[in-house]
Amino acid sequence: MEAWFALLVGTFFTVAIYLLLSKSIIRVLLGVAILGNGVNLLIFTGGRLTRGVPPVIQEGADTLAGPAANALPQALILTAIVISFSFFAFLLVLAWRAYEDLSTDNTDEMRVAEPEEEPAPPLGY
Amino acid sequence: MAVSTSPPADLSAALVLEPVAAADWLVILPVAWCLAIGALLVMLRRPIGLHPFISVAGLAGLVVIDALLLQHVIVSGPVTMVMGRWLPPFGIAFTVDLTGALFALAASVVALAGGVYSLSDINDSGRRYGFYPFLMLLMAGVSGAFLTGDIFNLYVWFEVLLISSFGLIVLGSEREQIDGAVKYGFLNLVATTLFLVTTGYLYASFGTLNMADIARKAEGLRGTAPLMTLTALFLLAFGMKAAAFPVNFWLPASYHTPRVVVSALFAGLLTKVGIYALIRVTVMLLPVEREELSFVIALVGALTMLVGVFGALAQSDFRRMLGYLVISGIGSILAGIAVGGPGGIGGAIFYALHSMLVMTALYFASGVAAKLGGSFSLSSLSGLYRRHAGFAAISLMLAFAVSGLPPFSGFWPKVMLVKAALDIGAWWLAAALLVTGFLTTIATGRFFLLAYWRDTAEGQGVATKAQIPAAILLPLVALTVMTLAIGLYPEPLLATIQNAAAGLSEPSSYLNSVFPGAAR
Repeated sequence: MEAWFALLVGTFFTVAIYLLLSKSIIRVLLGVAILGNGVNLLIFTGGRLTRGVPPVIQEGADTLAGPAANALPQALILTAIVISFSFFAFLLVLAWRAYEDLSTDNTDEMRVAEPEEEPAPPLGY
Repeated sequence: MAVSTSPPADLSAALVLEPVAAADWLVILPVAWCLAIGALLVMLRRPIGLHPFISVAGLAGLVVIDALLLQHVIVSGPVTMVMGRWLPPFGIAFTVDLTGALFALAASVVALAGGVYSLSDINDSGRRYGFYPFLMLLMAGVSGAFLTGDIFNLYVWFEVLLISSFGLIVLGSEREQIDGAVKYGFLNLVATTLFLVTTGYLYASFGTLNMADIARKAEGLRGTAPLMTLTALFLLAFGMKAAAFPVNFWLPASYHTPRVVVSALFAGLLTKVGIYALIRVTVMLLPVEREELSFVIALVGALTMLVGVFGALAQSDFRRMLGYLVISGIGSILAGIAVGGPGGIGGAIFYALHSMLVMTALYFASGVAAKLGGSFSLSSLSGLYRRHAGFAAISLMLAFAVSGLPPFSGFWPKVMLVKAALDIGAWWLAAALLVTGFLTTIATGRFFLLAYWRDTAEGQGVATKAQIPAAILLPLVALTVMTLAIGLYPEPLLATIQNAAAGLSEPSSYLNSVFPGAAR
């Protein structure tokens, strides 16, 4: 089971890296979203996949009766989902503003902060 | 209602039962304090006139808290506090040792200087945009990253400071800022995601996220777990956050675009958080793997230093040159991590603290230069010496400090690093450090010559005397005096740093603080 999930995570990462290397900012954004989901799957797989029951202690007992699902990766993923979602939202708006203000969605053409042709520095004193 | 049949559980096996000592609350106070003031500022959205006073007072309070925390750690060793009273490694632990407390104190000093500088740099629209709440939340993230003892929690604080920094970097929404923010945002998000990937692998190998627990278990897992892979991934992720050479390009693309005070805070805080995390993970948690990778780290360090300083030499914009000097400093710190031992690690920590103060002050100086001379660009910036001789003197001191010349704070860490490199026979690393220092002197000297001593540039009138507002001069002078004081009398700081480095290399007191009685 873990091996299949590892392959799945690898596929997610491949797609994400391919998209991140793109020049078009929307593709980069999609890459970020897929990368975030790939990481979530990775943590989930890293916490061991079981068919165990939810880790809920039965009424009247003080400990778990038998093997149960690992709750920690789920807590980690929940945190990571919230974070990656908020970052995605921010970057989406940022990409839109960049498209509006710089009138391009091609990252190669975004050269406002680092202009290609700068005035020559003073050569003498 | 069924009556419990099993015997009552022994809570002392799972929970911390005795109340936390009053002094130990200092561990969590920096984070709670910043979050509380940040929340207060968000609630006071309308009376923005109050924001500067509340946050400068809050940052002054943070300096006091961090100083008390450092004092507490010096007196009684590493201190641990766990969330929700769960015993480690189950509860999220905040563990403060000397390294964390030193970094947190330096960060709060830098932030206070930034807060005072912002009084005249951030106008009403910036305040309405939320500069001060973002600043406080950024400090919450930075403090949390320095104080936490849990690796996933470290990731969370990275994200807290990252999202606050996004808010700060686009403050003003100019075209340049949007452009810089796109590169800053995407590449930093990829870096933190890489950190999360590594954390996932770490959890899969160790089954724990508590740093002390990891340090304890690493020895036993060395044969079976892919620890080298983990260390290499950590090196890549934190190297990207710290702007080390092959993955440094987001920094010079973005650090010159925001408001001067924002650039100054970023230069002082953000890359240093990455470096701190790298020191923590490679030196304390995975020391054997650091030793194995030391050649790679040294090579990356030497290249980062040289690429940074060559970039600085090529720039004709004040802030863009400073961006490259930040990178160059990161290279020196990496050299210390690569060399290891008390000299190397101590030198790295010392250099990082020095760099926090000096780079912030230099960005402030670039802001003052632009206010006096009307531009950041060397082609029109001129006559600064004639305009304000005192400011020129301060700038020259900072230029010496960043080049590592005595009697300023940059000299001692450089001596430590060069000596540590020579001691292990890495003459080429020592040479790279010295050449970098020399080239930094030339890069800053070139700026001083053209911007300060040259009386007029083309199209500019003859310079006349000018005044600098006190709110701008005060933090600049304060940071310069600190640099000079550390350079003249480094002994107390040096002793503390050496203890901090020893505590990282031999973390038994750290482990003892998290697991009382159970440590090696």
